[in-house]
Amino acid sequence: MTMTDDLGRGSDPLAIAQRWIGEGRKVALATVVETWGSAPRPVGSHLVIDGEGNFEGSVSGGCVEGAVVTEALDVIEGGAAKMLEFGVADETAWQVGLSCGGRIAVHVEPVA
Amino acid sequence: MERDVLTTLNRERAARRAAILVSDFENGISTLYREADTREGALGAALSSAFDSGKSGMVEIDGQKLFFNVHLPSARLVIIGAVHISQALAPMARIAGFDVEIVDPRSAFATPERFPDTVVTAEWPDKVLTERPLDAFTALVAVTHDPKIDDGPIEAALRAGAFYVGALGSRKTHSKRVDRLRASGLSDGEIARIRAPIGLSIGAASPAEIAVAVLAEVIQSLRSRGREQAERAA
Repeated sequence: MTMTDDLGRGSDPLAIAQRWIGEGRKVALATVVETWGSAPRPVGSHLVIDGEGNFEGSVSGGCVEGAVVTEALDVIEGGAAKMLEFGVADETAWQVGLSCGGRIAVHVEPVA
Repeated sequence: MERDVLTTLNRERAARRAAILVSDFENGISTLYREADTREGALGAALSSAFDSGKSGMVEIDGQKLFFNVHLPSARLVIIGAVHISQALAPMARIAGFDVEIVDPRSAFATPERFPDTVVTAEWPDKVLTERPLDAFTALVAVTHDPKIDDGPIEAALRAGAFYVGALGSRKTHSKRVDRLRASGLSDGEIARIRAPIGLSIGAASPAEIAVAVLAEVIQSLRSRGREQAERAA
């Protein structure tokens, strides 16, 4: 076993990002950069998104992926990175908040 | 992130080499640092500390906010010897998050029946370790009691800088082993890294209890990896 688990299993978001770019798809990479309180995925976790809204990986175990994908499509179109915050203190928490009560910051950037 | 940086990062990860991606979100620049690169100043100190802890996060350096994403290879445990201790150690280590592999050339020992859900290879270690080399993120546990089987992988693990090398055997057995390893050209400093008698001293009696003592010692070495390296260098 010379590869890390995820790389070996083909579900690794960074390996998928590289493959998608190789296939000519437009790609954005979302990364959990800070967490406060209980958060479902640790800092450094990735979600990779293509221009058609396909995605792999996770930044919250399912709580806010939908919102991150929507923002990522903007990032892919516009080319500028964004910092997103989700949590109970946030107004959007009622729509896409973290049920566990934590707060997370997610950075979304184009890979080009 | 630039595509080239992503490709380089993935290459490092596939080769089981530690790397940190440092991102400045203000200017959008991401830079990859490998553990082998020499580093100076405040950034260097922060990188060294992150390589040791394995923790990703925001870091402030000289007033500049940077994001460190630390990529360490997953920890492996290679057990030489498909013995009774290994039957307890393999599932325990798997639960603790290790990639576990057992190697024993004695085909009566190394059977899938004795080791369900574990990668077990009935081959000589030399052959297996050529195909899947040991590295700094691998622990080697040698428990066959047979120098013909144990000595080769112990030597290979020391040369590869495996984060843990443990060998079963009494102090008398170990002192003979030290003589043999010295004769094959290993330094006293390298040989001193072998944990023998194997396992933390918790008074373990049964094979399963010895497995607990061994796994605890492996985890202790994994989590103090950086400290041990610094001590060796000093």
